[in-house]
Amino acid sequence: MPDSQKIIEIEVLRYNPESDKEPHLEVYKVPFSDDMSVLQGAQYIKDHFDGSLTFRWSCRMAICGSCGMMINGIPKLSCETFLRDYYPNRIRIEAMANFPIEKDLVVDLSGFIEKLESIQPYIIPREPRSLDQGEYIQSPEQFNAYIQFTSCINCTLCYAACPQFGLNPDFIGPAAIALLHRYNMDSRDGAAAERMELVAAEEGVFNCSAVGYCSEVCPKHVDPANAVNINKTNAAKDYFLRFLSPKGGSK
Amino acid sequence: MSKRRPYVRSMDGWWKKNPFYVEYMIHESTALFVAAYAFTLLVGLVRLGQGEAAWNGWLEAMKSPLSLIFHVVFLLAIMYHTYTWFKIMPITLPPIIVGGKKVSPGAITGSGLLAAVVASVFMLGLVWRIAQ
Repeated sequence: MPDSQKIIEIEVLRYNPESDKEPHLEVYKVPFSDDMSVLQGAQYIKDHFDGSLTFRWSCRMAICGSCGMMINGIPKLSCETFLRDYYPNRIRIEAMANFPIEKDLVVDLSGFIEKLESIQPYIIPREPRSLDQGEYIQSPEQFNAYIQFTSCINCTLCYAACPQFGLNPDFIGPAAIALLHRYNMDSRDGAAAERMELVAAEEGVFNCSAVGYCSEVCPKHVDPANAVNINKTNAAKDYFLRFLSPKGGSK
Repeated sequence: MSKRRPYVRSMDGWWKKNPFYVEYMIHESTALFVAAYAFTLLVGLVRLGQGEAAWNGWLEAMKSPLSLIFHVVFLLAIMYHTYTWFKIMPITLPPIIVGGKKVSPGAITGSGLLAAVVASVFMLGLVWRIAQ
């Protein structure tokens, strides 16, 4: 190890469901180079200090959305956050906020997966169409209406940023509503009225109090807060205009 | 048997844990000052309905040093509330397309603030003329 080797202290929130009553912090002194991400710091700890340290990761390039964690209290992808930006201070990493901790930095995402399923995240065709009628034609304007909301990588940093989700885990939440909005905005889709039942439900958009932190932490600039808030307006319109044009959740 | 025992962290004091949340709580609570000022004006209206003496009493009360201090506090809080109101406006609106391009969040916030300034100046001018 060269003399110039820099060492950063990484404080990790550890939790072993088999032996710990509650999570506790442990500090590791990790040698690092300027090109090392926080994820690589965690990998160093696992390889050299404690093989039982548990965390999710895969692509290392902000595509897969697996490695989200709280880094000094802020939800971030650990693969695109660099140790050099925190040195010489100590860095603290914890499991994503607002989710139950399964073990160490791994959270229980089963609730989120159920929500993703519940919004029917697929195109439900506006009208039946046979193969010989050819492909669906979409104009650039129609494409632009939803493309931003397709960028979500399901990293759930927005849930870790949303205090309303922390207070009410039933809230469908930013990413699932952004995906719901993506399908509603697709010119080929005709199921907005079906999805409205969920938008306007107790676990729907009105849990949001426009904190806006979800959009702030989103690594893909999906702006889920925008999707949620547009759907507040949509739900209100659906409710108040139901006598003129009965459809959707409030029928 | 499952060894799973997911640990749920407490939400106590959540808003103190991040500067973003602290600012959120501050800008949301400035709404109370808007309500307080509306209430002040409402009291004025009620006093007006009670006759000339009551109305003049309310006017006198408005001129007291304490009232002036409150008005300065109200003004500052309402100005901050206005600023944050328009700052979050871009996330609440559907995309606005002008000339084939999406209007930027900055432009939306800017136009909102401009509208607030124009409306305030207009009201000030109107009241000024009436007072002459």
